[in-house]
Amino acid sequence: MNLHYHVDGDAFIAAGEASSQVKKVLKQLGIAPHTIRKIAISMYEAEMNMVLHANGGDIHVEITPHKICITLKDEGPGIPDLELAMQEGYSTASQEIRELGFGAGMGLPNMKKYSDELSIRSEVGKGTEVEIIAWLP
Amino acid sequence: MTVQKIMDALQLTLVAGEKGLKKAITTGYVGDLLSSVMAHAQEGCVWLTIQGHLNIVAVASLVNISCIIVIQGATIQPDTIEKANEEHIPIFSTEYSAYEMVKKLVDIGVY
Ligand SMILES: Nc1ncnc2c1ncn2[C@@H]1O[C@H](COP(=O)(O)OP(=O)(O)O)[C@@H](O)[C@H]1O
Ligand SMILES: [Mg+2]
Repeated sequence: MNLHYHVDGDAFIAAGEASSQVKKVLKQLGIAPHTIRKIAISMYEAEMNMVLHANGGDIHVEITPHKICITLKDEGPGIPDLELAMQEGYSTASQEIRELGFGAGMGLPNMKKYSDELSIRSEVGKGTEVEIIAWLP
Repeated sequence: MTVQKIMDALQLTLVAGEKGLKKAITTGYVGDLLSSVMAHAQEGCVWLTIQGHLNIVAVASLVNISCIIVIQGATIQPDTIEKANEEHIPIFSTEYSAYEMVKKLVDIGVY
């Protein structure tokens, strides 16, 4: 099964819609709650990053009997130093965004922790592609 | 323990999500940083926060938080209410601080 979502970059308060939809689909498919939780957390963080830091983008979800693969692609500014960005607490979010509870610098660490495989390709000035994989038992 | 029981015992003001009142409550979580809540709030918990914007409903529904108490009279946006009604996530408003609310919750047996 393949799912596609386009995510706008202008309404971060409303973001998380694609993750909510995917969660509902996974529930209908009878995927284990523990797996759904992992995917919900990592996909939400990736979706929020796309909205907060890259003005939105596109999400592709592939579900097979063996794995769930989520690819998030944006044409934002890219991440200059990925190793630094992966550190807990590192964030370039504005004060205004932080006051709303976003921008704690825990998104990438959460994605790493809650996905079975995480790969990030980013090029400054071009964009970022995030791939999250959860293996199914 | 259920959301309804907490509402009745603490005389909380329900602002949204009436259809979720039968949900069970396992424990509680306090936090305003959404990433932290995502990672640490347990399933079925009551979540205390000062955030009243729409994204709290997304967070709650993604990790199966049973209900939200917005503390210290913080503003709850109209679109938050609308979404919570759709998702059946009860939201309460209180003038109390998180600390005061936790004490009350513990008193009625939410550990
Ligand atoms: N898709 C993206 N495009 C550009 N920059 C990004 C993207 N995702 C993450 N970043 C950068 O990495 C930093 C850390 O991300 P994250 O751990 O999610 O923390 P936060 O989103 O809270 O800032 C961000 O502040 C931002 O600078
Ligand atoms: Mg983030």
